[in-house]
Amino acid sequence: MSRTSFATFGNELYTGKRSYPFLAKRKLWFVIAAVAVLAALIIPVVKGGFNLGIDFRGGSEFTVSATDNTDTSIGEDAVTQVVSGAVPRVTNIATNTVRIQTEQLSDNETLEVRDNLVAGYGVDADQVASSFVGPTWGEDVSRQALIGLGVFVVLAAILMGIYFRTWKMSLAAMVALLVVMVVTAGLYSLSNFEVTPSAIIGFLTILSYALYDTVVVFDKIRENTAGITDSTKRTFAEQVNLAVNQTLVRSINTSVVAILPVASILFIGAFLLGAGTLQDLSLALFIGIILGTLGTLFIAAPLYAQLRINEPELRKQAERVQQRRELEAAPA
Amino acid sequence: MPRTGPGTAAKRTLVWLGALTALLAILLGAGTQWGSASWSPRLALDLEGGTQMILAPRVQGGSEITAEQLDQAVEIIRQRVDGSGVSEAEINTQSGRNVIVSLPGTPDAETRDLIQASAQMEFRPVLAGGPGQAPAAETPTPEDQLPNAPGEPQDASDPNWITAELYSEFETTDCLDPATLEPAVEAAPADQPMIACEPDTQGKYILGPVEVPGTDITTATYGLQRSSTGQALNTWAVNIEFNAEGTQTFREVTERLYAIGQGDPRNQFAIVLDGRIVSAPTTNAVIPDGRPSISGNFTEQSAAALAEQLKYGALPISFEIQSEQQISATLGADQLRLGLIAGLIGLALVAVYSMFQYRLLGLVTIISLLVAGVLTYLAICILGWTENYRLSLAGVAGLIVAIGQTADSFIVYFERIRDELRDGRNLVAAVESGWRRAKRTVLASKAVNLLAALVLYFVAVGNVRGFAFTLGLTAIADLIVVFLFTHPVMRLLAGTRFFGGGHPWSGMSSDTLNKIPLYRGAGQVREPGRPAAVAATRTRNKGASAEAERRLTIAERKRAEQEKTLAGRTGSSKKETNE
Repeated sequence: MSRTSFATFGNELYTGKRSYPFLAKRKLWFVIAAVAVLAALIIPVVKGGFNLGIDFRGGSEFTVSATDNTDTSIGEDAVTQVVSGAVPRVTNIATNTVRIQTEQLSDNETLEVRDNLVAGYGVDADQVASSFVGPTWGEDVSRQALIGLGVFVVLAAILMGIYFRTWKMSLAAMVALLVVMVVTAGLYSLSNFEVTPSAIIGFLTILSYALYDTVVVFDKIRENTAGITDSTKRTFAEQVNLAVNQTLVRSINTSVVAILPVASILFIGAFLLGAGTLQDLSLALFIGIILGTLGTLFIAAPLYAQLRINEPELRKQAERVQQRRELEAAPA
Repeated sequence: MPRTGPGTAAKRTLVWLGALTALLAILLGAGTQWGSASWSPRLALDLEGGTQMILAPRVQGGSEITAEQLDQAVEIIRQRVDGSGVSEAEINTQSGRNVIVSLPGTPDAETRDLIQASAQMEFRPVLAGGPGQAPAAETPTPEDQLPNAPGEPQDASDPNWITAELYSEFETTDCLDPATLEPAVEAAPADQPMIACEPDTQGKYILGPVEVPGTDITTATYGLQRSSTGQALNTWAVNIEFNAEGTQTFREVTERLYAIGQGDPRNQFAIVLDGRIVSAPTTNAVIPDGRPSISGNFTEQSAAALAEQLKYGALPISFEIQSEQQISATLGADQLRLGLIAGLIGLALVAVYSMFQYRLLGLVTIISLLVAGVLTYLAICILGWTENYRLSLAGVAGLIVAIGQTADSFIVYFERIRDELRDGRNLVAAVESGWRRAKRTVLASKAVNLLAALVLYFVAVGNVRGFAFTLGLTAIADLIVVFLFTHPVMRLLAGTRFFGGGHPWSGMSSDTLNKIPLYRGAGQVREPGRPAAVAATRTRNKGASAEAERRLTIAERKRAEQEKTLAGRTGSSKKETNE
């Protein structure tokens, strides 16, 4: 889209000349969201849960970086020579990087496997990183994350309730947030992406991002619907829809600007660094930012309108708007 | 450019920002000059290389650990690590539940075991030995002269515990050898005598079996010694309080030791922690109430230290390794380099996109981001110096993610200004009223960001903290920048011909924004010859405009009519130029 037409696009959205039916078709969006949530809840059950990373299973992990030889059998041998009967998972996680995961090894075994890897892949001892995770660590991380989730949702709902002076905005925002979280989790299960503590960080950041996005759009809604009962220009629902349309250019710009750095981390992570903190984190964010933006537009705002549209005052106002329009429609 | 009004206020605000930045820079500069600060951030282990262990303290009996106990746990580990000769180790607590040990390089198996072992404090009676006997005996007693135990020991203080074998081991033990002084990984058997060193007095002792376990201590305090009349004396003392069981046993012990009489080493009892003697006081009285007081050549510091150590005894904490990560220095450097590359690529993409969206105004975004970057960098360096904050890979990721969230404040602001322009205000007025609205939105949305960062920081464990920290830090930097930089700069730019005049490259061009002036007086509003965007869009979106027209209100319809005439005029002039 060229520059002029993008600005024009913004102009038309602002005046209401171009308008997307975010509200009018809300039932459709809600049905889609409900189906997505349902699917996201069923998929993990059918698939038997998530692809949990080593932090949740417990075990030892070795990463051989900058090696020219990425033959996975070397890694397997390095482990089985030390612990016969072990079933190591050896994966080539990025260019020149091999990761070996196995059950928990003792200190001496860890050292021996390291030596084997150094010899087998012909690398310096420096290039082999090892880590070990106790079986309860992942539980710890996820329990704390869940507590964080709960605390944040409650505090954010209170904060929004105070700022917007209506609990209905809080409720709408939280419902949209939960949809985003559940669907993201479902996508993780569906695509078999590995769930690691870093992915959980990303997951929690989605909270911040999705709600941030909602607050910006809701602020415009608040502005547009202030004094609505004294106006017969547009109904409440129309004003809400206008607000969403007016902030659409911002929503697009924001998500593009937010996605760009995340995408660059994802790219670097996937092609150069291999699976690790950066990639896991950015993948969760990448999915979350897209879903978060959609959640605001298609769930939070329409749901807020839905919650308020039947208030007696707003009904009367909608009737007045209707009457005025009928009067005008009659030939002058 | 206006000399008064928004312009001067804007300049004043910019001066404040300059002063703030300079202040931070000077603070850091002073820190590098006279303190341990550095111009580069301190790096966490995953970027610097080394070993990081996350330990979960486990209290016997499975009860939850308190904050005080956790602090003591850190103290225990610090002493053990220091005792094992590892330098530059860092030990922190996290989320009130875990202890994080960061060590340079790879620790040996012994250091690892030591860190995990639970603290063992016990009270044992002294059988032989004393201060100043640390070195191994130069001329060991000939074998035939070694004491032989004639009978079975009757009580813990019985010299019959000392066998020939034990005595020769006692003589050959060198309490000056650092290897001997290392904290014991495994406790000596409780029902057997042992040889122990007292590093503080260069003492070496043979001790009887355990009489009172450290778990019998309820608490330990220190203070100025009181005379029998209750007056405070000028000497420091350490006060122990035993539980019921400890009180009972300790009374029996002191009855026996007191009866032995001063001058005999067997009058002493030793407080042993991790196989080392922390104190070996003599018994001056029978202690019937379970509240002994240790006095001697204490300074306030040494009394406090002993009281602390006695408290460990009351607290048999063991540690479970939750996760351990070993990263070589080269791999750490690699991760940092790639993280920075990712950040730069992200920044460049954001810069390109905002130039594409906002033309030269995109420069304001980029410069604002740079200013936010400088502030964040200074803050991280200063926090590294004062709070020992270390930047981890997750922290770097937080910084990169923050680029997008920071840029969004500017997007919100610019879009509000555009909205105001579309309503027909001139740029100076649009900047002011747009700011009033954008300010609210930015504050509310940043509050959500900060809240998320705070909750994550205080609740989460592991890597999450570093991430939450940078996320929160950048949210604050963003607020500072949008208030003290972006807005004043916009005020100044609004007064320039380039932006105020709505140059097509300014990103605030009135034509592309379909501006409909509220007031059309004698001044020229649209420059002749330039086709208005209105005309172009009208023809392109005929269907849409017809649909919109149907929906228009009276006021809107009137306005649209005015527009049409205007469009017609410019449209015909366009035709002329084309011909």
